[in-house]
Amino acid sequence: MNTKADSSESRPEPSRRDILYVATGAAAAVAVGGVVWPLIAQMNPDASTRALASTEVDLAAVPAGQIITVKWRGKPVFVRHRTADEIKAAEGVDLKELPDPQPDNARVKKPEWLVVVGVCTHLGCIPTGKEGEFNGWFCPCHGSTYDVSGRIRSGPAPSNLEVPDYAFLTDTKIKIG
Amino acid sequence: MSGQSQYTPKSDFAKWLERRLPILGFVYDSFVAYPTPKNLNYMWTFGAILSFMLVAQIVTGIVLAMHYTPETTLAFDSVEKIMRDVNWGWVLRYAHANGASMFFLAVYIHISRGLYYGSYKEPREVLWILGVFIFMIMMATGFLGYVLPWGQMSFWAATVITNLFSALPVVGPSITTWLLGDYAVGNATLNRFFALHYLLPFIIVAVVALHVWALHVTGQNNPAGVEVKNVEKETVPFTPYATMKDGFAIGVFLVLYAWMVFFVPNYLGHPDNYIEANPLVTPPHIVPEWYFLPFYAILRAIPSKLLGVIALFASILILAALPWLDTSKVKSGSYRPQFRKAYWVFIAACVGLGYLGSQPAEGVFLWCARILTFYYFFHFLFILPWLSRNEKTEPEPESIEAAVNGRGVSHA
Ligand code: HEM
Ligand code: FES
Repeated sequence: MNTKADSSESRPEPSRRDILYVATGAAAAVAVGGVVWPLIAQMNPDASTRALASTEVDLAAVPAGQIITVKWRGKPVFVRHRTADEIKAAEGVDLKELPDPQPDNARVKKPEWLVVVGVCTHLGCIPTGKEGEFNGWFCPCHGSTYDVSGRIRSGPAPSNLEVPDYAFLTDTKIKIG
Repeated sequence: MSGQSQYTPKSDFAKWLERRLPILGFVYDSFVAYPTPKNLNYMWTFGAILSFMLVAQIVTGIVLAMHYTPETTLAFDSVEKIMRDVNWGWVLRYAHANGASMFFLAVYIHISRGLYYGSYKEPREVLWILGVFIFMIMMATGFLGYVLPWGQMSFWAATVITNLFSALPVVGPSITTWLLGDYAVGNATLNRFFALHYLLPFIIVAVVALHVWALHVTGQNNPAGVEVKNVEKETVPFTPYATMKDGFAIGVFLVLYAWMVFFVPNYLGHPDNYIEANPLVTPPHIVPEWYFLPFYAILRAIPSKLLGVIALFASILILAALPWLDTSKVKSGSYRPQFRKAYWVFIAACVGLGYLGSQPAEGVFLWCARILTFYYFFHFLFILPWLSRNEKTEPEPESIEAAVNGRGVSHA
């Protein structure tokens, strides 16, 4: 704490002045921290942005094979009504082939409905549906491909499309967030 | 350079002022009496061209800011209004948008000049590193400015670039949210980008002042790469010699700039940026401005998110380490036959990366980008250190005077 005392051979008792130095220094550090904190924290999402928490989606209007995009927290969410073939393809994948291994049933609440955040996990572009080698999604920005479970299969993206928090309110209605 | 001022105030007012604030003497010593090597070629005029462009960007930028609205529902329309309604708005905006391109063109030539003539070597390391800082702040400024018109390219450039930070383990995603002020690019983002786009050019002005200060302490390098030995014989005063030559070069540069503004103002832009930002649709080909393409190619060449981002930043920061990678005592490429070849191959590799950055990242393009990315780093980390140790250089001229008189051929 005080270099003067450390460098002398016999360590004298810290004086009143040493204690005052340290106390003043500590108080100044706390004050600087207190001033800097609001300057930094103002950049985080504000209260109105944080409040836009949830979105409800009616599924009845989505036929099998179709993907719809809804907006949640300023981001697109893909809701995909999967066909029986697509479900089979998603469930049949050997997990060893996956860069970010996750079984299909861990990514859906009901196999017919896949709900994922439509933001490429690479650098945030929006992948286009039913394109790419695995017929899931293809990201035009740097070429990542996702399968019908939204799992990353090739390209620079590190992980699967994120599954948001959502719940089935009724058989044909979900609430995201 | 430093020391006693060369300036003798003549008028009473100048004498009065000099005793209180020696600013006239400072300007006189820096831009009138300042000795410049007499063998400088036109590559040495780009510093003046850059200073001119910085002022041009600030002046056009401030007047644009008088008409621009940094709000997501109004920004795009306010820029269209600048183009159609504001008196002379179209010329101001085209001058600013193309001014950014001309600014980067000049900085790339300026950097290449330094790379060829070894201007980063002892005793100019600090001068060089300040230059690398300026380049990085310029890149940030250009990126932030490109977001302001709020077109599709603006929006998706903002998304991709801020997501670079999400590659950092653990803290990455929160840093991205913090930068955006939202969970996706939105109004908070646009607003702060405008504030920062306004601020950074003035930070550049401050770093340029340090850069010029450091320059005036060490003196300029020159095509022969040997230091001034005899100020009397080997240098000429800045005014009129450098001021005239710089003025002429700025004039020629302005012809090109004016041609861009008046004849092909959208040539370097991207048509998608005349479509208003749509957060739910990514355009099929997103491409950054031309001046970022080589770095963009490096980012995409690497199939891992974190490593790609690291390579991107490393490709810029490695410039700052150059004085310690190329330790050859001979500065000028004119006396380094092997370095000279490596230099041109490196320049070609950078241009190649630029081309690849504009192409889709697939198939043969992707593989070429990987090879050139490897080569980019190989040049800095192996070729330059190896040449420093093993190259057989040609004899340097004894002095600038000798170089000018033809002993030791200078490529000036
Ligand atoms: C280092 C200097 C600067 C550079 C490299 C730069 C670069 C850019 C670029 C690339 C754009 C996008 C142009 C377009 O496509 O429309 C832009 C826009 C803009 N800049 Fe700058 N800028 C600089 C300085 C400034 C300054 C000092 C201001 C003052 C406030 C400013 C204000 C603006 C405004 C209001 C816009 C939006 C209008 C528009 O898009 O034309 N800039 N800037
Ligand atoms: S953002 Fe999707 S591949 Fe890069």
